[in-house]
Amino acid sequence: MLSIQNLHASIEDKEILRGLTLDVKAGEVHAIMGPNGSGKSTLSYVLAGKDDYEVTAGSASLDGQDLFALEPDERAAAGLFLAFQYPLEIPGVATMTFLKTALNAQRRARGEAELPTPAFIKLVREKADGLGISTDMLKRGLNVGFSGGEKKRNEVLQMALLEPKLCVLDETDSGLDIDALKVVAEGVNALRAQDRSFVVITHYQRLLDHIRPDVVHVMSKGRIVRTGGPELAHELEARGYADYISDEAA
Amino acid sequence: MPAVQETVARVREIDVDQYKYGFVTDIESDRAEQGLSEDTVRFISAKKGEPEWMLEWRLDAYRRWRTMTEPNWARVDYPPIPYEELYYYSAPKGTAGPKTLDDVDPELLKTYAKLGIPLVEQELLAGVQERRVAVDAVFDSVSVATTFQKELRQAGVIFCPISEAIREHPELVKKYLGSVVPASDNFFATLNSAVFSDGSFVYIPKGVRCPMELSTYFRINERNTGQFERTLIIADEGSYVSYLEGCTAPMRDENQLHAAVVELVALDDAEIKYSTVQNWYPGDADGKGGIYNFVTKRGDCRGKNAKISWTQVETGSAITWKYPSCILRGDNSRGEFYSIAISNGRQQVDSGTKMIHLGKNTTSKIISKGISAGRSQNTYRGLVSAHRKATNARNFTNCDSLLIGEECGAHTVPYLEAKTSTAVFEHEATTSKISDDQKFYCQQRGLSEEEAVALIVNGFVKDVLQQLPMEFAVEAQKLISISLEGSVG
Repeated sequence: MLSIQNLHASIEDKEILRGLTLDVKAGEVHAIMGPNGSGKSTLSYVLAGKDDYEVTAGSASLDGQDLFALEPDERAAAGLFLAFQYPLEIPGVATMTFLKTALNAQRRARGEAELPTPAFIKLVREKADGLGISTDMLKRGLNVGFSGGEKKRNEVLQMALLEPKLCVLDETDSGLDIDALKVVAEGVNALRAQDRSFVVITHYQRLLDHIRPDVVHVMSKGRIVRTGGPELAHELEARGYADYISDEAA
Repeated sequence: MPAVQETVARVREIDVDQYKYGFVTDIESDRAEQGLSEDTVRFISAKKGEPEWMLEWRLDAYRRWRTMTEPNWARVDYPPIPYEELYYYSAPKGTAGPKTLDDVDPELLKTYAKLGIPLVEQELLAGVQERRVAVDAVFDSVSVATTFQKELRQAGVIFCPISEAIREHPELVKKYLGSVVPASDNFFATLNSAVFSDGSFVYIPKGVRCPMELSTYFRINERNTGQFERTLIIADEGSYVSYLEGCTAPMRDENQLHAAVVELVALDDAEIKYSTVQNWYPGDADGKGGIYNFVTKRGDCRGKNAKISWTQVETGSAITWKYPSCILRGDNSRGEFYSIAISNGRQQVDSGTKMIHLGKNTTSKIISKGISAGRSQNTYRGLVSAHRKATNARNFTNCDSLLIGEECGAHTVPYLEAKTSTAVFEHEATTSKISDDQKFYCQQRGLSEEEAVALIVNGFVKDVLQQLPMEFAVEAQKLISISLEGSVG
């Protein structure tokens, strides 16, 4: 599904990713953990195509498609979804309008017909109900005045609606209390499927109690330095990241 | 990087000079001699078959104009206008009096069809019970077709070319013409008073709610011809009218001067809602060839409890100099101004409003949304004043500016003058930029960069779009996207 080879990327001439290699198969959930500044968020931005980052070497492909040859919106249409750590606010644009514009843009890009409004509304209602998102929230400006939990639930709603192949969750647990975390995790778990993969980026183990990963990676100084099963997350929780920081320094 | 090249290619592709409505209709014109003199004024007046009093009014204005100088306080920059080289009158040939649509030049109808104006949908529209739009189409200078006259006549509403009103309803024209914008008001208004070609006249009798929205589409078509529209709308006691004005223009090399005057009079308990969507040719990528738009629009709430509301969506013209204003003369009268002004490329906009509080308990509201992109300059200039007798005058002003890119400018110049201590004026202003993060977020969800900008801008102007009549709001929303093409990349 996702194949990253020897990826190097920098921002303002500062190299952040330094030879990262990662392979995620269809249906798998991979967690990427690591200390602050290890390049976790950079990885998500580089995959999604944010302007400020420059890829200097290496490759990344989604289902065999070269991601770096595509514009950010083309990557989205190809099935890449990034759940933002800090979802952006767009005043005056109703959440419902945004969802419809996004879904239809992707459908157009894939050569599919746009979804008629009644069918669209029905679809959104279904998905929103499961996430405890009210009709009122859908009418409000996108993320404007939303609580941290509401913003993250809204991200999951978009994920559910757009049905991507690969979901990258960037520190989705940050700023969430335990109840909100559960709702978000349940929403994500409901989307797990044989033909859909997840890359869950997190600093803490607690999210992984709710979204059980198949594989856990430790990232440090721009590369994957260790890979293991779910037990690796617990080990990190107990021992912290000190080992990895000093390893690198040595 | 290939992505960069692609972006460059795309920006070229959608260059601003590929003006969507840039085409020219091939119709012979009957026009006045080049330049401006008393003879020109006499020529125009004679062409219109005007009575002597009208000619004298024009000549007075002309003589006064000769003593005036062009104002230069606005934040706009343009080469001197060669007034002596312009043509001051042009009318499509053979349109002395088409009786029905069948009598209208087919070329003209084709032009309207290209613009999507529903003139030819008359039968269709007439059969529908829903809201209807009456179009008094202005082509260059003469109104060539008027629709829905019958239904309007039944309601007692007069909606006709102003040239016709001068002949048929001289008592109304004499009473109200120049009573809001005097012939001596300002350089451009005075010029208009001397040479105005045509425009619309509306009279809504006492207690009548106009049965449909009235609409005029303007179109500038003749090379080098100044367009001097004159519109006069009178809402008698307790009446209501909603008037829509929409414009597009064909592509041209030379700058085209447009100096319109619009006067609104609302008597006791009357309400006038005036909406404009303006999309004249803004010029090419270097700012060459666009329309110069120097407009004087003013409404007079002459009676108590009168209400006048201006809503404008300004996306076109090389230069916009325009301040639709309200004189709140009647006690408890209300003035509103809702504006979206978008500038791109090399466009220069200096626009805003004046709310002149004269009566007691008068209220006004100003919502202005300026969007600057490309290398454009966008200025909001507004005056709110309260006369010393205007006790309890209230104003709320909200001025928001949105910048797209690094090379454009947004300026806000508000003037507040209160001569009574009981006046309450509130002013809010913000300036923001579309952030790269917002754009990236939208793109990550599948929107192209341009779609992302259009969506964000539409959110920014939502408060004003909501003020437009339904059919205009949809058109305006499309226009906003079109006018921002090429603003990113």
